[in-house]
Amino acid sequence: MKKSKFSLLASIELLGAYILAALWVLPLLYAFWAAFHSSSDAIHFDIFSPLTLDNFREVWNQAPFLQYGINTFLIVSFILPLQLVISTLAAYAFARYEFTGSNIAFTLVLVQLMITPEILIVQNYGTLASMNLVDTITGVGLPYVASAFCIFLLRQTFKSIPKELEDAAKLEGCGPLGILWKVYVPLALPTYLAFALVSVSHHWNNFLWPLIITNTVESRPLTVGLGIFGAPESGVDWSIVSAATLLSIFPLLIAFLLFQKQFVQSFMQAGIK
Amino acid sequence: MKSTTKQNLTGWLLFTPAAILLIAFTHYPTIATFFNSLYSNESVIRPSRFTGLESYQNMINDPVFWKVFNNNIWFAIGTIPTSIGLAIIMALIVNKAIPGRGLLRLCYFIPTMLPMIAVANIWLFFYSPDIGLLDKVLGMFGVESQNWLGDPDTALPSIIVMTVWKEAGFFMIFYLAGLQTISPELHEAAKLEGSSRWNYFWRIQFPLLLPTTLFVLINAFLNSFKLVDHLFILTKGGPDNATNLILYYIYENAFSFFDISYASALTVFMLTLLAITALVQFFIVDKRTHYR
Repeated sequence: MKKSKFSLLASIELLGAYILAALWVLPLLYAFWAAFHSSSDAIHFDIFSPLTLDNFREVWNQAPFLQYGINTFLIVSFILPLQLVISTLAAYAFARYEFTGSNIAFTLVLVQLMITPEILIVQNYGTLASMNLVDTITGVGLPYVASAFCIFLLRQTFKSIPKELEDAAKLEGCGPLGILWKVYVPLALPTYLAFALVSVSHHWNNFLWPLIITNTVESRPLTVGLGIFGAPESGVDWSIVSAATLLSIFPLLIAFLLFQKQFVQSFMQAGIK
Repeated sequence: MKSTTKQNLTGWLLFTPAAILLIAFTHYPTIATFFNSLYSNESVIRPSRFTGLESYQNMINDPVFWKVFNNNIWFAIGTIPTSIGLAIIMALIVNKAIPGRGLLRLCYFIPTMLPMIAVANIWLFFYSPDIGLLDKVLGMFGVESQNWLGDPDTALPSIIVMTVWKEAGFFMIFYLAGLQTISPELHEAAKLEGSSRWNYFWRIQFPLLLPTTLFVLINAFLNSFKLVDHLFILTKGGPDNATNLILYYIYENAFSFFDISYASALTVFMLTLLAITALVQFFIVDKRTHYR
């Protein structure tokens, strides 16, 4: 008797869990469904209405989403490698060299964890304008290239690597860069992967700074293109906006669905450190 | 002696590239913003001149500023406890061995992977009057059609609901990580003692998750000030600034009204808020969580 009461409670809980999951995923599924149906069918929620690819054709004709996608790809590929190289060097300095002022310097690095580039848009726009980098891929990426977060993560990882390995490499005649490359980088690969996934998803989705610093199709990423396309005053209809939204998110979404575990673990790992 | 100099030099050389970029895009702009706020705007006919604290005076006298600040506080109050509560529930759900656990986790987490702009596009339709999904569903229960984003009373709450949807799954991840560090023996012991699940959660799990909660709390608080992308699609801060947030107001002043001086003063205000948060985190939160 008691047992059945418990299993009833368990089933109610399970039902609640599924309802919550449905609520969380339905908005996206609905957008997906609407993108393949005509606008009037989408509004009337006519489940059995015919599928169509017209919306995608329309989006393709109205806005250069391929170019936006290429730009996003270029921005992400500009930012990530530079972040990794610059942070590796700095993290190594903080983990293994006690140089004068290193503590103050590290505190000054951590300032960027709190004051992220988003907040300094006004001043940074001025700086990039004076460097003639407005409306360039470099301009979109440059403020993010030095990442306090990456330096911090790598420093923690480097510190956990036994110093004996470094001494062994020294005996073999390796210089600081040689040691870094042969000892530290290989052992920190999981941290690099974790940061890379967090960085790529952040910059793939970033909007405010790219909106400000880009003016033309030449450098505008997907998010900004979508923002302009989807703005209510541009008067495009719902199904077409859904198709455009889907086009903008599908590369990252597919990557996420394929490597779900790595993504989730990366976010977890990055948050705990 | 020689080796210390070498240590010093190598250390600094390794740090230099990062240092230059951090100074250029974090430290210099932080300081420059403060100085800019003390000068009037430069125009073709009038050069910039020192005005002291005038833009701060303007800020205090600007009713929109107070409204925007107030909105931001309500946005934080509306989003943070709800998304943390949901995140804990989600984490407890997917931490158990239940059928379809992987799928559930995927569903909860997926909004995190979407750009805020895409989320806003999707939700814009839900909120649109008459034809929107929300009005359709509520209409079935005889609720009258509403202009959710056009009415000052419902605009901010609508945006809060959407933000909770977007953020809860992200915070769930950290709770999931926290739950996995709690030894299963504690659960066994609690079971033997005949403690209810409710008790087990409040007496054991929740206290042990406190460091996670503080971490998430700080992040959620920062997010509520940094996240404004959705406003570009949904409301543009309207109606009548009912949904305007500080960072969006900074953007408007700098790039729509070209009032750099005022935008700088607002930025300084925001930087001060962040600095206070940082101090709170440093002196209270970190001290309390370091007992681990």
